[in-house]
Amino acid sequence: MRISRAEATANYVLLAVFAVLTLVPLLGVLLSAVTPEGELRVGFELPSRLSLGNFAQAWEQGGFSRYLVNSVLVAAGVVLLTGLLSTLAGFAFATMRFPGRSVLFYVVLLGLLLPVESFVIPLYHDLRGWGLTDTYWSLLLPQTAQSLAFGTFWMRNYFRSFPVSVLEAARLDGAGDRVLLWRVLVPNARPALATMGLLVAMWTWNEFLLPLVMISGEGWRTAPLGLAFFQGQHTTQVQLLAAAATIVALPIVVLYLFLQRRFIAGMLSGAVKG
Amino acid sequence: MAVGNRALARERGGARSAPGRGPRPRRQWKAYLYLAPALAVLGVFLLYPLGQSVWISFFDWNGLSLATWVGLDNYVDIATDPRIRAAFGHALVLIVFFALLPVLLGLLLTAVMGRAARLRGLAFFRAVLFLPQVVASVVVATSWLAIYAPDGLLNQVLRAVGLEVAARSWLGDFGTALPAVGLVGSWVGTGLCLVLFLSGAAQVDRELYEAARLEGAGLLREFLAVTLPGIRGQIAVALTLTVVAALKTFDLVYVTTRGGPGDSTTVPAYLAYERAFQTNQVGSACAIGIVLALLILLVSLVIARVQPAEED
Repeated sequence: MRISRAEATANYVLLAVFAVLTLVPLLGVLLSAVTPEGELRVGFELPSRLSLGNFAQAWEQGGFSRYLVNSVLVAAGVVLLTGLLSTLAGFAFATMRFPGRSVLFYVVLLGLLLPVESFVIPLYHDLRGWGLTDTYWSLLLPQTAQSLAFGTFWMRNYFRSFPVSVLEAARLDGAGDRVLLWRVLVPNARPALATMGLLVAMWTWNEFLLPLVMISGEGWRTAPLGLAFFQGQHTTQVQLLAAAATIVALPIVVLYLFLQRRFIAGMLSGAVKG
Repeated sequence: MAVGNRALARERGGARSAPGRGPRPRRQWKAYLYLAPALAVLGVFLLYPLGQSVWISFFDWNGLSLATWVGLDNYVDIATDPRIRAAFGHALVLIVFFALLPVLLGLLLTAVMGRAARLRGLAFFRAVLFLPQVVASVVVATSWLAIYAPDGLLNQVLRAVGLEVAARSWLGDFGTALPAVGLVGSWVGTGLCLVLFLSGAAQVDRELYEAARLEGAGLLREFLAVTLPGIRGQIAVALTLTVVAALKTFDLVYVTTRGGPGDSTTVPAYLAYERAFQTNQVGSACAIGIVLALLILLVSLVIARVQPAEED
């Protein structure tokens, strides 16, 4: 089926209009961020010169170097823990028979849909009681729990899609469960694991409510939390704020630009995360 | 890897696979060992506090002193307290902006561009349209704050085209604050819906379009008869994602309006946060959180039921 030239042109125009509408708010932030401090910006007028001073100020005085380190550490921890635990659990759900399998699987699925609001309040009191609020653990463990629902579901689906005959053959070769998992399934699951890792990293990085509740000390703030507080203190310093916002968004956006196919495929596969 | 390769080789050889050796039916208790770490983390940090949330929702508790059992009072409050009812009402309005508008817009565009699936350069547009999904919501909120500001982009544009009278503080005005917040959700969701629907339309059997055209179907008929049934699954996914996002809205309201002006942009998640951590109504906050969870569960199940999954 061919598309006529007129139709193709019309389609491009429509796509371009929506692409521009999508980009305007984000480009506005970027433009503000590179505008020298104190210079008034009007519309999309280009700044008189490119200035990176706002970034330096946000990075040093705004404390975003610390917030970024916190976010990286938490996201890395959540990705590693989720990857390991959901591989194990997904393997059991996909290949083993045991009493309570479907009930337990539904319990995991429940975690996929639960909003943070439904458990964060008692969780805060629990973690405070255990002396864990204002530590990495208060971010790492609950976010791992949240990601596990998706991760287990994802890995189980991947393992189930694996040809049964290959598994059978490996078993006939005398491969036990451990060999089967770590030598056969996991090496083949690298792309699935990578997509899961990307999505979990993004969700963890962008999470706001949980750090807002768990963290009161400045030293443990994650990047989005830092931005929200910075927002409160610098409402009038638009450029500085824009630089801070850019710093917060950039790591994930850069990952996305390089791996967008994987991001989109993962999120469109019906990834409903609670 | 060695075992895997050998296994694959044998699979390709094919002939030697022993017949009658199905999956072993015996129960594998080892499974619990594999599940234990995940279930432990899930249990301690998600399910246990969820249970506590349900329990606390039956109490009047300020978070510090002894709690008083109040039965279902907190839930009755949700139905009767005007502030809570308003918050849930605002969530409904947000569903219109976060879900209905993007889905309808996405459908309209897909109808017009149904045949665009094979356009060159579509990957680029897809990447751009999807971008709002990966940007932190706090960053999204920050950028829209700048747009809605009294001297922000929106008002500059209005003044430039001579609509000075329409310029206002969009997030500070009782009449415009909620729609302004809602439109940010539309901005986030529209790209997602369009990308989903276009990818769905691309998978529709080309011959169906040929047939529709041979029968002289116009764009509208073609869309209703071929495209729409073909992307029902994608519509269900889009609706679930966007309705749930609308119900859960918190970051956006927290950063842009804190529920104001007055109570004009409060949402359930924000109210729960406020009551739990600022006004010491922990029982009520938990009840709101539980109702929110039930609503999200219900919406997901209803959409899944209306749209039986054909894949998987």
